[in-house]
Amino acid sequence: MDAPLYCTKIAERFGEEVTHEGCSHGMHTFAAPPGLVVDLCWFLKDDPELRFNFLSDICGVDRHPQAPRFEVVYHLYSVPLKWRLRIKCRVDDSARIPSVVGVWKTANWHEREAYDMYGIVFDGHPDLRRIYMWEEFEGYPMRKDFPLRGYKDAYNPFGDEKTPGNDWDGGSSPPGSPQPGEKR
Amino acid sequence: MTDVTVLDETEQNGKSTQEVLLNLGPQHPSTHGVLRLVLEMEGEYVARVDPHIGYLHRGTEKLAEDFTYTQIIPLTDRLDYLCPPSTNQAFVLAVERLLDIEAPERAQYIRVMMTELSRISGHLLIAGALPMDVGAMTVLLYTMREREMVLDLLEMICGARMHTSFCRVGGVREDLPEGFAERVREFCEIFPQRISDYERLVARNRVFLQRTKGIAVITPEDAIDLGLSGPNLRASGVDWDIRRDCPYEIYDRLDFDVIVREGGDCYDRWQCRIDEMRESTRIIEQCMRDMPEGPFQTDDPKVAFPVDKALLSCSMETQINHFELSAFGFKVPAGEIYSCVEAPKGELGFYIISDGSEKPFRMKVRAPSFVNLQALQGASNMDYLADVVAMLGSLDPVLAEVDK
Repeated sequence: MDAPLYCTKIAERFGEEVTHEGCSHGMHTFAAPPGLVVDLCWFLKDDPELRFNFLSDICGVDRHPQAPRFEVVYHLYSVPLKWRLRIKCRVDDSARIPSVVGVWKTANWHEREAYDMYGIVFDGHPDLRRIYMWEEFEGYPMRKDFPLRGYKDAYNPFGDEKTPGNDWDGGSSPPGSPQPGEKR
Repeated sequence: MTDVTVLDETEQNGKSTQEVLLNLGPQHPSTHGVLRLVLEMEGEYVARVDPHIGYLHRGTEKLAEDFTYTQIIPLTDRLDYLCPPSTNQAFVLAVERLLDIEAPERAQYIRVMMTELSRISGHLLIAGALPMDVGAMTVLLYTMREREMVLDLLEMICGARMHTSFCRVGGVREDLPEGFAERVREFCEIFPQRISDYERLVARNRVFLQRTKGIAVITPEDAIDLGLSGPNLRASGVDWDIRRDCPYEIYDRLDFDVIVREGGDCYDRWQCRIDEMRESTRIIEQCMRDMPEGPFQTDDPKVAFPVDKALLSCSMETQINHFELSAFGFKVPAGEIYSCVEAPKGELGFYIISDGSEKPFRMKVRAPSFVNLQALQGASNMDYLADVVAMLGSLDPVLAEVDK
């Protein structure tokens, strides 16, 4: 199947701003700038010929040490037309992106999860709290620079030592320091 | 322990009303696991439900980034522990699509049959647990009896009753044992009658009907908006089943009906599962009838161990492949995939980003229970605390999957 309807419609509506990143394993991927993601989602949901009314998933990805560091990946499905597509938003270290809770209610917990695990802040989210970890928890466990076994404290004697280099928000590690995930 | 905080106290017509905060769980029999609900109550009415999850968070996704693809399979067992074969299947299907290989036909039949068996075992639990939550103890004892038969069958296949870990990338671990076909046929003969028994026990029971009919209604639009999937979505009248609409493995060759109900209340969600068990039984019968003979594992030596172990002592190449596979695992080409299956709880998706190494760069689990649980905040006509319990039971969340 070459270039389904949504590819041409997105290109018509958004032009160069939303780029088509090809089709892998049967799913087309579009890259959108963070500022446009809410518009794009409303367009995909409301257009009578597309009707992407089901949000499957929102997923955070950490590309550390690449820049831009974060990706937020949306998986959409159209229940009446049985189409799936993927939207990617690349976000820099500021890790801020508008929330799509207004478009789909189900985005609420997905965005809370991405916030909890990656520290990505969703502007306009009605209730952005941690969802898995407790409120006092420091750091974002799914980030690539967070050690697999966590940091050493009273409850976690097997964790990694906290050093200035690998502190959770301290940026990149100095050369020669142990990389997260190396110690097993 | 359940304790009460008073938020507000008002006087109306000489009667005083208290707005209180009520804590339910995390250890409470009606929460089906370690789930904590904070309820804002206006007198006897529930004003707001706020689920607190994460008590069972094990960091499956973080662990997966440090595990080889084969090592992840047992982790997936621990997601939906009532139906591990379907989580196994969802994961290996995603990896197989990334590798661009397909399991042999017999393996696909075995997987589908096991998934349907586990669907029955998962639905049996909820078929008994919801009536128990609303006061009918008896049904659970009967459904547990049949669940035991299903678990016996799973034990016969792989030696484990719950954490099966039977799927492998490129096939399944072993072939079916001798005498299995007769046992399954026996089960398929007995089981439909037993389903009718459950219905006779509660489906027209007045207490059960009053506690579930018209309670916690979700409209089709809301259901889609909330991201519900699986039986919860179909009970609201949305006709969508991944097995039929986007068939994977051998589902396109099977003849089964998708159960859709219109009401969207607790009773319909329960009845939907009851009827799905009948369809699952039909699928299992067809699988056993049509299952071809042949290999149960791909013959790609880079991905699967040799079936003929004698080769290990005479073929150098087999030995090298065997060593590399067990020491390092197999490499998966760089790329990304979102692959989903119709798990008993709904759309179970695995989003895997591979960087070309033996371990995934990122693995995201789209857990159906996690999404379904949000509907606790989106249902209408959920007035009393007792209705919240009925709603929770009918949503059928598995907290291990919610918390990942």
